[in-house]
Amino acid sequence: MSHHKPDPNVNVNLTIDGIPVTVPEGTTILEAARKVGIHIPVLCDHPDLKKRAVCRICVVECDGGGKLKAACANDVWEGVKVVTNSAKIQAIRKTIVELILADHPQDCLTCIRNQKCELQTLAIQFGIKDLTFPKADISSKPNIDTNTIVRDMAKCVKCGRCVEVCQEVQSVRAINTAYRSLNYEITTPYDQELIEGPCVYCGQCTAVCPVGALYENDQTDKVWAAIDDPARHVVVQTAPAVRVALGDEFGLPKGAITTGKMVTALKRLGFTKVFDTDFSADVTILEEGNELLHRLQNGGKLPMITSCSPGWINFAEVFFPELTEHLSTCKSPQQMFGALAKTYYAELAGIDPATITSVSIMPCVAKKFEAQRPEMNSSGFQDVDVVLTTRELARMIKLAGLDFANLPETPFDKVMGDSTGAAVIFGTSGGVMEAALRTVYEVVTGETLGSLDFDSVRGHQGIKTVEVDLKGTKVKILVANGLSNARQVMESIRDGKCDATFVEIMCCPGGCVGGGGQPYGNNAIKLQRKDGLYEADKQLSMRKSHENPEVKELYDKFLGKPLGEKSHHLLHTHYSKLGKNHWAKAGGGGH
Amino acid sequence: MSKLKTLVSEGAGKINPISVSDYVGIGGYEGLKKAVTMTAEQVIGEVKKAKLLGRGGAAYPSGSKWEHLLHIPETPKYIVCNADEGEPGTFKDKVILGQLPLKLIEGITIAGYVFGAKAGYIYVRGEYRKIQKQLITAIDNAKKANYLGDNILGKGFNFDIHVISGAGAYVCGENSALLNSTEGKVGRPRIKPPHLAEVGLFLQPTLVNNVESLASVPAIVLLGGDEFLKVGHPDSGGTKLICLSTHSAKPGVYEIPLGKVTLRDAIYDPELGGGVKGGKNLKFFHLGGQSGPIGSPALLDTPYSYTDLRKAGLTVGSGAIVVLDESVSIIEYLKGVTEFFIHESCGKCVPCREGNKQLYAILEKLSVPGAATPADLANLRRLVTTMTAASFCGLGQSAAVALNTAWKHFKDEFEANVNKTPAVAAA
Repeated sequence: MSHHKPDPNVNVNLTIDGIPVTVPEGTTILEAARKVGIHIPVLCDHPDLKKRAVCRICVVECDGGGKLKAACANDVWEGVKVVTNSAKIQAIRKTIVELILADHPQDCLTCIRNQKCELQTLAIQFGIKDLTFPKADISSKPNIDTNTIVRDMAKCVKCGRCVEVCQEVQSVRAINTAYRSLNYEITTPYDQELIEGPCVYCGQCTAVCPVGALYENDQTDKVWAAIDDPARHVVVQTAPAVRVALGDEFGLPKGAITTGKMVTALKRLGFTKVFDTDFSADVTILEEGNELLHRLQNGGKLPMITSCSPGWINFAEVFFPELTEHLSTCKSPQQMFGALAKTYYAELAGIDPATITSVSIMPCVAKKFEAQRPEMNSSGFQDVDVVLTTRELARMIKLAGLDFANLPETPFDKVMGDSTGAAVIFGTSGGVMEAALRTVYEVVTGETLGSLDFDSVRGHQGIKTVEVDLKGTKVKILVANGLSNARQVMESIRDGKCDATFVEIMCCPGGCVGGGGQPYGNNAIKLQRKDGLYEADKQLSMRKSHENPEVKELYDKFLGKPLGEKSHHLLHTHYSKLGKNHWAKAGGGGH
Repeated sequence: MSKLKTLVSEGAGKINPISVSDYVGIGGYEGLKKAVTMTAEQVIGEVKKAKLLGRGGAAYPSGSKWEHLLHIPETPKYIVCNADEGEPGTFKDKVILGQLPLKLIEGITIAGYVFGAKAGYIYVRGEYRKIQKQLITAIDNAKKANYLGDNILGKGFNFDIHVISGAGAYVCGENSALLNSTEGKVGRPRIKPPHLAEVGLFLQPTLVNNVESLASVPAIVLLGGDEFLKVGHPDSGGTKLICLSTHSAKPGVYEIPLGKVTLRDAIYDPELGGGVKGGKNLKFFHLGGQSGPIGSPALLDTPYSYTDLRKAGLTVGSGAIVVLDESVSIIEYLKGVTEFFIHESCGKCVPCREGNKQLYAILEKLSVPGAATPADLANLRRLVTTMTAASFCGLGQSAAVALNTAWKHFKDEFEANVNKTPAVAAA
């Protein structure tokens, strides 16, 4: 017999703690136990990642026998009698938790993951009252801080989730395991700083870390200080994927649309103006759609690839420098917004752009990096001053004591607050493509679209290939999310095997709903957020970017036309053919 | 009657190790010549009848392993020889690798024939540098003599053997870590299942056997499984190379028939260990390497066989018999064992990485009068249970075996330094 590929159509019967259960072949013991209401504790396991079985907390007994098996990494088999809850197993699990705690700082009160830490949860579950084993000296371990990602390796529990997501899901390989025994650790190649390696700052490692070892560089203090300064005019923009994830932090149903509450919260926090990144997402569609048409008509580089996702841009610059001409020159919506806030908005409002503090709320860790790129200053200032993740915004709301779930709803402020459904769906994989198609179709054909729903580009499959009929002209498009999928697409372009015209690539699995800065979750939750965005799209009266009245006004009063001179200056950018020369040498935004 | 039986080590030290003609002169390659006239099923049938148990330490029945692999349809299949002899006190594979490399090569070639493999790998302990070079020469010589390479013995069967050097990690003796290391990856163990027979080297079906196991194969084929079985114990045929060391009067490698020699014979018989060095008393012995059990003199009359030793709470393991005299403190000895595992743990799983460290901390307290408390002993027991039952691989699972078995025989030494006075006196 060969290595048996599990057949999900075959049922397996077993008992777990005496409870009979039938599950499809290929189900892990962990999953089967959940089916009968037993939640076996885990630490290294993560539902979206390959199994590593290194923490050993989920061990169970199968058909007696002294050696225990990791429930996370072993599939069930016919007739097996699993015991998950004997005195012996409980004692072993508790010992393992104590062993981890002996190698972990006990500064929970001042840890960024306090009350959201999976190790803390285990310590509570096992009722650990005192530390049996002497604590290791871990004070000398480094706390490496870039402006984007903080690595506090003293807190690392060596579960390997970050390595798995960096290597397998994102194919970046900025971090790996090294050394052995007590020196075993997760580090960069040759222990260099993150900035010296290929890290693209996607922050997926911070999204899967179970403890406070990896997290976004918290910049809420900067924002509080700006709000508190009467001389500062503090404007804020909110990315589409934030509104369907923020509710997670406040006990609302997963994927709940919290746009109105979020705006109220931001106003109560003290922001002068609360705007919507969706406004500049609509601008992006006009610029990018016209860029695509321009490339098609003038023999430009094809396929054209979207450029909204800064983690993806970093990836392209590092791993495919020879292909950067395929990237749309459009800045990301965040940066378009930043450039317009300190020019267009400042002019309209009659304020000195030097007094504006431009804050953005993003599902993204890479956008912190992007805002600090030296070229992102076309307004004459740093276009976006501070980028906060969804998680950081939630911290501000909690600090202010706002009862988020019960806040009334408020609309965005005018001038840069109107949004279309096309912009809202930017937050999930396929959304930018669909938004572009809604506009490009009407521009190319001169006709009004019947159905606005391009179902074939929706969903979270890694790579989606679709052919769209623009009234006789067939256009092949590709949509990819997650960088290992992006790598596949780029390799096919490099090898001349890609016949697509237009490609959407999002750095994070699922797109921005799965961003590195989002509340902790998993792929199932990302899908609920996606559904929330399509629901928000449906609820809006305007669903096509070119119909956004504020955007029309922007072009009439300020920009002139898409791809015009002012657009070129404020809304478009250029890329470095960085290769593996690293950000540090190229003077990138990480430091 | 002699306690020795040369079946596997016949000719060791008597011939030029790299000379094919020397090897043929002592009956070498007769096994392969016979094997190529048999079907794969027939060869495996003999290995099963021989009841050959894996000589690396795990004692898994080789016949079952071979049979399982035969029924896997995917090709190519690989033959891998685990020659990463890293168990302290074990140096018996070194005898075969260094003095009879062609016997191992013959055994691997028979396996290659049985499984229709094109390539075999010998993963040799990094410290055996000289032996590696010699092994490569022996392989080249076998090729020149048409016992290896293309169209072996005119039977239209092609097979080659590559030598891979380890780099000093004990954990690479664990078969899945060994395969990772062979592939050029970090030598840390893999998650099982899938088993290596199914998804082994380069993700292909793979046979991984120890040096001594594979070197036993020519004798099995030549004598037949039944005869091979008769040499040893009814549950486990053949001989075992044992390694006597430390306070043995005659340290070295000896080949003995399984089940026909007792531990007392092995340690004291003038033909074998010849007793304890300097005529001192035996305090304890440590079997099968650092990962094996510790036994007391009370167990000396146990026959040296897989079955009998298991019944006595001991194991054959690698074949190491470390002899320790009355001057040795059990706690100090265990500190050495634990230090070894702290050094060699790959570090990826919690029970092994953190457990060994904490074991050592408690052993240190136990070696200072009054430093330890009864709670330390309870924690020691808890660590042993956790590491043994829950570690990721065999290294962590067996790291506390010595301690656990020593506890049975020398509990008083563990308790000697424990301060039994309650820390807080009653008011």
